[in-house]
Amino acid sequence: MKIVVLVKQVPDTAADKRLDPDTLAVDRGAVDGLINEMDEFAIEEALQLVAEHGGEVTVLSMGPEDATDAYKKALQMGADKAVFLTDPALAGSDALATSYALAQVLKTLEFDLLILGSEASDARTSLVPALLAERLGLPQLSFAAKVEVDGSAIKINRLTDYGHDVVEATLPAVVSVVEKINEPRYPSFKGIMAAKKKPVDVLDLAAASIDAPLVGWAGSRTKVVDAVVAPPRAKGTIVTDEGNGGVELVEFLASKKFV
Amino acid sequence: MSEILVLVEHTDGDVKKVTLELLTKARELGEPSAVYIGANFEKAKDKLAEYGAAKVYVAEAAELTGYVVAPKAELLAKLVADASPAAVLVAATAEGKEIAGRLAIKTDSGVLTDAVDLKLDGGVFIAEQSIFGGSSIVHSAVTVGTVPTARALTVIVAMRPNATPPAPGAAAAERVDVSVELTDSAKLARIVEKVAVAKGDRPELTEAAIVVSGGRGVGSAEKFSVIEALADQLGAAVGASRAAVDSGWYPHQSQVGQTGKTVSPQLYVACGISGAIQHRAGMQTSKTIIAVNKDAEAPIFELVDYGVVGDLFNVVPQATEEIAKRK
Repeated sequence: MKIVVLVKQVPDTAADKRLDPDTLAVDRGAVDGLINEMDEFAIEEALQLVAEHGGEVTVLSMGPEDATDAYKKALQMGADKAVFLTDPALAGSDALATSYALAQVLKTLEFDLLILGSEASDARTSLVPALLAERLGLPQLSFAAKVEVDGSAIKINRLTDYGHDVVEATLPAVVSVVEKINEPRYPSFKGIMAAKKKPVDVLDLAAASIDAPLVGWAGSRTKVVDAVVAPPRAKGTIVTDEGNGGVELVEFLASKKFV
Repeated sequence: MSEILVLVEHTDGDVKKVTLELLTKARELGEPSAVYIGANFEKAKDKLAEYGAAKVYVAEAAELTGYVVAPKAELLAKLVADASPAAVLVAATAEGKEIAGRLAIKTDSGVLTDAVDLKLDGGVFIAEQSIFGGSSIVHSAVTVGTVPTARALTVIVAMRPNATPPAPGAAAAERVDVSVELTDSAKLARIVEKVAVAKGDRPELTEAAIVVSGGRGVGSAEKFSVIEALADQLGAAVGASRAAVDSGWYPHQSQVGQTGKTVSPQLYVACGISGAIQHRAGMQTSKTIIAVNKDAEAPIFELVDYGVVGDLFNVVPQATEEIAKRK
């Protein structure tokens, strides 16, 4: 079974993120980048499926030239090779433009399963899995908390507000995973050393047959027109419970008309 | 008045509050038409009329709900092609956003997600979004090239629940039956079973006006009953931090924060939650925030309107009892 795992390098959630005042995009230079946490669950799921069914795992990432930590982490965990799409013209791509660029690369890769995390911690739109399924004409198996593959049949539990849906499809398919699905492994020392010798295919727009007018700032159908820092919350009242803290809390609720 | 499509979120005809919010917002921007997909429209009709749907496009074919997301996007794409609405509004739920994204590809438009407000400025739809866990506010628009566009495209917006106070404004809710011939690629992911976890009578997490959440400090699944008791006195939904969910104390559906739900209720009560950035990203835009935590240094106290430093097992049951007494 051939699996492609999509990974994204994101700014550290704990870092103080800000927008670049000129582009109104996330200032990625200002904070440390690392692999999107949810993507580690995607890699783990792929490695477990390959351990069970045989095959290979290719990791695909798109980002600025220096955003190499994400796919390197995947290689250290055990992915076999990497494809890295990087081109200055991709900067500013919104979710739709990004999905177009990734779909162009995916059309050249042979795979039975495309696995990705169900959310990136920076933009948190959770759009890309559905967008790739749409662009590639593949079954959308998103928000998977459980994945079972049997020959060319695949079955997942898709998390919903009320519980989950059991969804079936035929491979190839797009699967996005939630973080309850498995326990990602840590790269071993051997894995870290081996990763240095694994092949990395670096692509630019031309190599991936991506039309420049369809990506980047100009190719995106959405634009941030202005941005402001939200006013800080007013300092609240903090009390220490001296035995009457619950009653006092209800006094506060009553003053705000909640009870 | 230009037509604004509102995709109805419902459970077997019970219309969700977020749809009433979207209809209310759509009335400010144009003339709302609801889009109802699934069975039991007659049960939903009065609510949709009360909140201002002039028209309701009704699509009852079972195959529209028998597959993951794609059929709904195909139906909406057909309506967009036929009616050329100014905008399509959907709820910014997991499924709503997926539908919006696929619709944007089909209609070659753009999608603005997680909007907390939507306005018309010189004919251009401007969405307000709260990013970085509420620390920044951005305004964005759908563009052609890099120019915000007035009416060249149908703008697709996924709006957060609790962003607009729902207000009635009666209209006819005239029924217009619609259908679409699904393509094969809309029927690739078959839903073979729907499994519901019991949630009782509590409101849904993202729609609730009040949310009471428990975290690591709760200590066990059993002790979540303390959180639930306060929630029930307040008519609130119950949330949980990732630490509590990862420990198996509460279901994933209830997780608030990054990799879980984003909530924006009138009141958020955090019990035994330290307030890590990942949690704050999911609740920071709540109007009023209360926390109960043993640790006076917990970062959650930086956000609160009212905080109690103390043992939640003393404070929370006492508060629950006090509310009951006052009723």
